[in-house]
Amino acid sequence: MKSFLILEDGTVFAGSHIGAQKEVISEIVFNTSMAGYPEVLTDPSYAGQAVCMTYPLIGNYGVCLEDMESRKPWPDGLIVRELSRIPSNFRCDISIQQFLEENGVPGIAGIDTRALTRILREKGTMNGMITTDENYDLKQIIPKLKAYTTGKVVERVSCEAKYEVKGLSGSGLRVALLDLGTKNNIAKSLAARGCDVTVYPAHTAAAEILADKPDGIMLSNGPGDPKECTTIIEEIRKLYESDTPIFAICLGHQLMALATGADTFKMKYGHRGGNHPVKDLVTGRVYISSQNHGYVVDMDKLDPKVAVPAFVNVNDGTNEGLSYTGKNIFTVQFHPEACPGPQDSSYLFDRFIENMRNGGYHA
Amino acid sequence: MPKNPNVKRVLVIGSGPIVIGQAAEFDYAGTQACRSLKEEGMEVILVNSNPATIMTDGDIADKVYIEPLTAKVLEQIIIKEKPDSLLPNMGGQAGLNLGMELDESGFLAEHGVTLLGTTAKTIRKAEDRLEFKETMEKIGEPCAPSLVVENMEDGIAFARKIGYPVVLRPAYTLGGSGGGIAHNQVELEEILANGLRLSRVGQVLVERCIAGWKEIEYEVMRDGAGNCITVCNMENIDPVGVHTGDSIVVAPSQTLGDKEYQMLRSAALNIIDELEITGGCNVQFALHPTSFEYCVIEVNPRVSRSSALASKATGYPIAKVAAKIALGYTLDEIKNAITGKTYASFEPALDYCVVKIPRLPFDKFITAKRTLTTQMKATGEVMSIANNFEGALMKAIRSLEQHVDCLRSYDFSALSEEELLERMKIVDDQRIYIIAEAIRKGIDYDTIHEITMVDHWFIDKIAILTEMEAALEKGPLTVELLREAKRIEFPDNVIARLTGKSEEEIKKLRYDNGIVAAFKMVDTCAAEFAASTPYYYSVFGSETEVEEKHPKKKVLVLGSGPIRIGQGIEFDYCSVHATWAFAREGYETIIVNNNPETVSTDFDIADKLYFEPLTPEDVENIVNVEKPDGAVVQFGGQTAIKLTESLMKMGVPILGTKAEDVDAAEDRELFDRILEETEIPRAAGGTVYTAEEAKEVANRLGYPVLVRPSYVLGGQGMQIALSDQEIEEFMAVINRYEQDHPILVDKYLQGKELEVDAVCDGTDILIPGIMEHIERTGVHSGDSISVYPAPTVSEKVKETIAEYSRRLAKALHVIGLINIQFIAMGDEVYVIEVNPRSSRTVPYISKVTGIPIVDMATEVIIGKKIRELGYEPGLQPAADYFAVKMPVFSFEKIRGAEISLGPEMKSTGECLGIAKTFNEALYKAFLGAGINLPKHKQMIITVKDADKGEAIEVARRFEKLGYIIYATRSTAAALNEAGVKARKVNKIHQESPTVMDLILGHRIDLVIDTPTQGRDKNRDGFLIRRTSIETGVNCITAMDTATALVTSLENAEKQEELTLIDIASIARRGNP
Repeated sequence: MKSFLILEDGTVFAGSHIGAQKEVISEIVFNTSMAGYPEVLTDPSYAGQAVCMTYPLIGNYGVCLEDMESRKPWPDGLIVRELSRIPSNFRCDISIQQFLEENGVPGIAGIDTRALTRILREKGTMNGMITTDENYDLKQIIPKLKAYTTGKVVERVSCEAKYEVKGLSGSGLRVALLDLGTKNNIAKSLAARGCDVTVYPAHTAAAEILADKPDGIMLSNGPGDPKECTTIIEEIRKLYESDTPIFAICLGHQLMALATGADTFKMKYGHRGGNHPVKDLVTGRVYISSQNHGYVVDMDKLDPKVAVPAFVNVNDGTNEGLSYTGKNIFTVQFHPEACPGPQDSSYLFDRFIENMRNGGYHA
Repeated sequence: MPKNPNVKRVLVIGSGPIVIGQAAEFDYAGTQACRSLKEEGMEVILVNSNPATIMTDGDIADKVYIEPLTAKVLEQIIIKEKPDSLLPNMGGQAGLNLGMELDESGFLAEHGVTLLGTTAKTIRKAEDRLEFKETMEKIGEPCAPSLVVENMEDGIAFARKIGYPVVLRPAYTLGGSGGGIAHNQVELEEILANGLRLSRVGQVLVERCIAGWKEIEYEVMRDGAGNCITVCNMENIDPVGVHTGDSIVVAPSQTLGDKEYQMLRSAALNIIDELEITGGCNVQFALHPTSFEYCVIEVNPRVSRSSALASKATGYPIAKVAAKIALGYTLDEIKNAITGKTYASFEPALDYCVVKIPRLPFDKFITAKRTLTTQMKATGEVMSIANNFEGALMKAIRSLEQHVDCLRSYDFSALSEEELLERMKIVDDQRIYIIAEAIRKGIDYDTIHEITMVDHWFIDKIAILTEMEAALEKGPLTVELLREAKRIEFPDNVIARLTGKSEEEIKKLRYDNGIVAAFKMVDTCAAEFAASTPYYYSVFGSETEVEEKHPKKKVLVLGSGPIRIGQGIEFDYCSVHATWAFAREGYETIIVNNNPETVSTDFDIADKLYFEPLTPEDVENIVNVEKPDGAVVQFGGQTAIKLTESLMKMGVPILGTKAEDVDAAEDRELFDRILEETEIPRAAGGTVYTAEEAKEVANRLGYPVLVRPSYVLGGQGMQIALSDQEIEEFMAVINRYEQDHPILVDKYLQGKELEVDAVCDGTDILIPGIMEHIERTGVHSGDSISVYPAPTVSEKVKETIAEYSRRLAKALHVIGLINIQFIAMGDEVYVIEVNPRSSRTVPYISKVTGIPIVDMATEVIIGKKIRELGYEPGLQPAADYFAVKMPVFSFEKIRGAEISLGPEMKSTGECLGIAKTFNEALYKAFLGAGINLPKHKQMIITVKDADKGEAIEVARRFEKLGYIIYATRSTAAALNEAGVKARKVNKIHQESPTVMDLILGHRIDLVIDTPTQGRDKNRDGFLIRRTSIETGVNCITAMDTATALVTSLENAEKQEELTLIDIASIARRGNP
């Protein structure tokens, strides 16, 4: 069946329909990872977006359900050049076609994904529609596309009630993980290091978390514009003041910045992929990181009395992490939990554990 | 980290002659590294014995020594040039071994030379089997259970312990020389004995066989600060068991999930971090197909064939970055030249699929075993890029230039299902075609997978291609079907064949429906950033990214495709120099080529690079987009010449010598007419198509005759026939493939063979020098030892050659390069053949005369005159030194290949000896070719009757050098009779000790075995020659070569120290 991707600027790509049978409007973004589409699809940070994989051959190894980074796929749509006819991998549970269909994710295949990427690169991220309606009317659709906003998506992706993830070897440390749309591997990474993790819904009050007396607090990744999360930011401010060691990733990092007086802005087309070099400003070492963000902390508006840059992106010099002055808090824009992507920065979880052991104010 | 201020003068070691396992990729890496070092203001001193390379040009390095790559020579160069640093990891295994040797002996420390890049400690940890294994164990990276053995007993015992099959890998050898899989003790004994001998340190690793696992490679970079990145990973379609150089390889990996991908990526980084590699490194893994179990196969702590492939596949210049790292820079300080925005610390993201197919030499060695093992056999490779795997595979197949253009190119349709299943067990270069046939016959994927261990995903992709074949055959050819066929890169001619339509019809249908190729960019970042370097590949069904700038005049330079015997790196040298010369003259340059190992496919050589097959259709796609003002075909070997007609049809003017004149040189009748007009004699002959006609001509001329196809390079299929029977045999071999052109049968003249390369501007001709071959006619010019200036011919002959060359160039209206081969019998000169194009000897003659004839030819093509360029036309005065070009062979790599020299070329590379005297030059050339004698001072002579006279003289001289001579019955009798002491040895089938026992006793320096004329059918001779080669004994098959060798050895006795000649200073002298 034919399918169309219609962009806000009037560009139309014709391809073939894949996945669930439905029409969607969403923010169109691209990801440059060459492997790891099941993890991308199940990363809650993609809620409210349709993702285009720049690597042209997707679905080669099917989907292994164990690799899911959350309970279901989140993107509104998947845009690919080619879906493999058969999956081939010893761990494969179902084909990607089946996975999309069963989970209600529509998509489009057979389009020039590189041309689409070039448009998004030049004009910036924009909204689009995936439809199988051959009689689409641009005059009607474009205003709708322009009006679309991702809105408050954290609520959609966060867990409904708190739950526990037991540590594998019992370091005795207890971590509170605020689920802003967390990928499973954050809790898994902590559990693998022996931490008992309690996962809290995004709207949990700071007081409730602190009452549980965790050794450290972890703020997860998540979707959308950080500035939409006004009430969460207020609670995070309280966590900041609690003197509990905190480690935050991606949206968590942005929210902590906003909670402490810094600013964020939307990037032209964001960073989504598994190849971004980030530099640790203390050691000078460069790590290849997994990334997925469309917003970034404005480095020009940082108050060094509150926080100083800890990591920057080698390519474009944008902020990739902050170290909070006089606090046992550090936050990163990229994804040390990987999945998909390189595991080079997983040492940050060890640093967090060390921080928890040291406790108090030692940054 | 800033650049190390102590590095100012860097010695770079090249990789020497092209052999199987060490080819053009090191010229590419070395050239890139030298340019990178010069960019940083370093003085570069280069040593490489290979004159065909671009890196040995005066404009790539400040000082250039084309000298034998031995520790002694390097020591002399270090004493003379006083470098402060040595960069050893650009010259392949050969360069690395030499760097290590100098370091281990303490010479480097003594002379204040620092090893740049990876340290000696690291190299040992990576290369020494035991140290490597211990290191891997220490960091928890698994290796297959293995043991380093230094003798047969330990090998047998260990194999018994871990169970057969076992893999054997000798330490410190190239391309897995001497390695293999043993399935039982008999095989083990054979391979192990060979491996122990070939290893530099007498060690062989015996390990658990992991054949059938997925073979995955990572190319990684690490800087001095410890920052690591991976450039890309690659998956071998052929599972473990086939050398990666002989495997079909795809990048990035296709069947690995992120979990497996990252597991191996982390392991690779973990390994290079532990080894403390600074620069580029290749890590090979075996991954169990149904679990997360993996083993590290090996680590190459240097640039390699794989790193060249990874560089071209991603656009990331590994050698350049490695050179900067060696100078102290960190990855985040090195700008990515492709994007101009990102840094070398950014991992390339591919948004396309790359397929590499090896170019195997079985079309040259038709008696050789086609089986692929852990011993590499490929001479070269092709790479292709597409946005789908099927398309990339199809493009790579037709890039091979081996009469293949689709999965039906080898016809196995006659095989039954049972036969196919049986045939599929054989791992050879045709397996992919067998798999395709199996799919056509309905054999299920699981069965194919179980036998071949090729992943289901690849099998399915092959199935998609066979399904398309069937759909096209069945018809009707709808526009949609055509669109889909083109998406997966079915060429028009294949579609035409399958649909029964003409190629023109297909093309028209395509154009009428807008089904045309679009060009996408290789940009390292999957379009995330705008790239500034135009490096393109074609796809169907997409928008094109080529930006039309209409700047100045545009020239299309057609490259020479994969490296093969007969068409090697020399043509890349010519293409690159022509490109640079056009650029200097203000042209926009466009290179089309498909060889990932070459300098020409480096992203910054031409203004635009198209990584595409060199077929008419693929080139036309580029022409449609670029609309060049002209194309040059004379620099890209036969590959480019073959495209002449098609280019003209497309309306692209051929720059330089006109196509009809190229034809005139190849077309027998036209050429005979020219010879008549110019009053130049040649051997009598005729043109034929069939064996009957050939016999008729041969009988008219009288045997022996030379039989050869026209329009080929490297004497492909050329033979000397002695009888009707042989004519039949040779014609059958030639006519295996349909011949577009007639076959030539000439009277065979035996005399001195001479050769010139010249530049002609239409009026004047410039001949830099005359080269004389040491071997008489009958041995292909590419396999002959060639000497400049010609040492033994009279002035009269030289004058005649100069005059004939002038006449021929003029009569053929040559604008640009011409290569002419002559025979001299006394003072009589005959012409053998004329090639109005660049030749194998162009780089060599340019370098030793200091006259840059490719640059000159380019300027002449543009319209300049030789006199305007400051040269006096005619034969240039001879130099006051001698240069000897020595062929180098890779026979030990090709089981079953006939090694005796004849009219068909067999050498894979060459080296140069240059010195004040002929004898020293000759000695250096032999040394450069690895013939380092004497060792045991024992030799075997077994020659045919016609050679006995000369053999006596040669034997006498060897005897004088203290050699003990063994000879077979009749040769021994002849020698003894002439007063040369020879010990008679028994023939193979006689009782022990036989000649074979002697060779296997490892006490023989040399075998001189001249086979009977024509194809040798004597199994004894063949066995003797093969055994010699496989046990590392030098084997000479032409008396002239033997004479040259003994001359060289006599000289070596006297020679105290070699003289060194800086080629770059010759270049400066030669340039007016």
